[in-house]
Amino acid sequence: MALSDSFKTLRLDSVGRAFGAMQALHNFSIEIKRGEFIALLGPSGCGKSTALNCISGLLPTTSGSIWLDDKRIDTLAVEDRGFGMVFQNYALFPHMTVRANIGFGLKMRDVPKEAREKRVDEAIRTVRLESQAHKLPGQLSGGQQQRVAIARAIAIDPPLVLMDEPLSNLDAKLRLEMRQEIRRIHQSLGSVTIYVTHDQDEALSLADRIVVLRDGMIRQVGTPEELYKRPASLDVAAFMGFRNRLSGQNAQMVGQHDVRFSACGVALQGVAMAPHLSGSVVAAIRPDDLVPVAAGEGLAASVEAIEYRGHDYFGVARATDGTELFFRSTAPLATGLSIALGAEPSKILVYPGETP
Amino acid sequence: MSDASIPLSVRLKAQGLDGVTLLVLPAALLLLALFVYPFSYGFILSFRPKDGSWLGNYTKFFSDPFLYDTIKTTLAIALPVTIMNLLAAIPVAFRVRLMRHQRLITTILVLPITLGTVLVAEGMLNYFGPQGWFIRTLTLFGLGSASSIKLVHNYWGVFLSLVITGFPFTFLLTLSYVSGIDVALENAAATLGARAAARFRLIFLPLLAPGLAITFCLSFVQAYSVFPSAVLLGAPAGPTRVISIAAYEAAFEQYDYSLASAIAMIMGFTQLAVVIVVLMSRNLFYRGPAAGAKG
Repeated sequence: MALSDSFKTLRLDSVGRAFGAMQALHNFSIEIKRGEFIALLGPSGCGKSTALNCISGLLPTTSGSIWLDDKRIDTLAVEDRGFGMVFQNYALFPHMTVRANIGFGLKMRDVPKEAREKRVDEAIRTVRLESQAHKLPGQLSGGQQQRVAIARAIAIDPPLVLMDEPLSNLDAKLRLEMRQEIRRIHQSLGSVTIYVTHDQDEALSLADRIVVLRDGMIRQVGTPEELYKRPASLDVAAFMGFRNRLSGQNAQMVGQHDVRFSACGVALQGVAMAPHLSGSVVAAIRPDDLVPVAAGEGLAASVEAIEYRGHDYFGVARATDGTELFFRSTAPLATGLSIALGAEPSKILVYPGETP
Repeated sequence: MSDASIPLSVRLKAQGLDGVTLLVLPAALLLLALFVYPFSYGFILSFRPKDGSWLGNYTKFFSDPFLYDTIKTTLAIALPVTIMNLLAAIPVAFRVRLMRHQRLITTILVLPITLGTVLVAEGMLNYFGPQGWFIRTLTLFGLGSASSIKLVHNYWGVFLSLVITGFPFTFLLTLSYVSGIDVALENAAATLGARAAARFRLIFLPLLAPGLAITFCLSFVQAYSVFPSAVLLGAPAGPTRVISIAAYEAAFEQYDYSLASAIAMIMGFTQLAVVIVVLMSRNLFYRGPAAGAKG
């Protein structure tokens, strides 16, 4: 692991990429320490793959710079960066055996045969593919192909492993297994992993830090817990599972951190996500935190649909002002039923309202 | 023994025979009438020479250098032309693959196909002829003269015309094979440290080889059966007396259809021999799909 030990930080300094007049990535700046697992999270078209390709060198940047400690790398050709990359469709060489695929990068580096074989054996062991080593990629299952792709990327001891939605082609069960596997491999390498995904569960469970991107710009950088509990903006909140969005009026701060406001004619209290909130605000609530309460103590709504989820029910209701509300219920409710929905004040995040 | 309770039509369908199968009939009949029958007829005719002996035509062909040398002459034109077209088509296909206006460029490159060999030959006679623009321009710049450079009525005339009419065909086939290779494979090889030359040698070439072999065969067969340009642009009495000219002379100048059939058969089998050698070499390479993964 000579290479991985030889650096401390990877720094992206206002990296940008434009396609003609379209700016796909703006001012992307972040400092990543060795050993960190970073997830780039965002909806499709947000610029996360562009960011990854700029780091790998497959896509030239149009502004900014990338540094490995004090060595500038964005001016190097792809072949000279020496980063491991795992592609969404694996991109295994179909005419080479698993061993030859994994050894390809070492061969390109003119590693002597003996050392190469040893390193390939190690990589094969790391991804647990000992019995498949002499097969062609076409003879492997999707999950096994993914492991080969990972082994091929890590065999060259890269300081940085880049993964572009590596699990999106796998079925749900395999995705969960491979998630643990990727985390384990990352820890055994001690290098930096940058992982692109649109699945917040994946990002939350894998990453040390998550970078949320939207329209080519960084919206928030934080630990999974920070992002889950305190999304900095409504956008990020929506992406982190706060599906309910409620317009409120007459907001007034209560102490430093709480805010009182009215929505659909009911007085509510929530956590202020910006200082000095007043006037119109928007409240964000997770469906799991919004539950039926005693009449008069919450938002009046009528049930539109209810769906069995195993341990509880997931419902959709319409509030008096027409807002669609997603909620959780412990009992099945008849459609058309009038109910009241409420949430703990600590679970209601209040953001400044859109300025008219 | 099949179960009698299942109707015959269902059992036939399970074997792949149903109403849709009948759609094959017109093509099958056409093939029978236009290929199988004439071919068999010619094959049998070639064993009935004028002198009455069984193999008379074949002994005649292989004992007369004026006849058997045509094989060498034809190969000497067809093989270099095919190799040259293929070698030229690969880099062009690699470049065009990455272009945004691929359709336009392909259309321009393919135009010569639509012109037909005779029209191209006429054009070449004017352009490359002693009074043509090509020689005039060279003379103007003092790079040569009509007496030192001769590009028509010899080997090079036929060679050039086969390049002009054969290249678009070779290029189109090559392009389809080249674009069939997943771009991610090249990207993956690059991230692993492979430079352009290594990427071509280790990734593209092995994956392209089977397709290039097919392209070679089709282009070769086309060049081997050269006739109009060998007559119009070549020296049909000598250096470009290709095998099809020998067959033509036997049939329409000596009115010996039996000998002409024998020459046609020899032409077919020499072609086949080259094609078989090339296709066999294909087995040395990987022949599965050239994608990076299952769907």
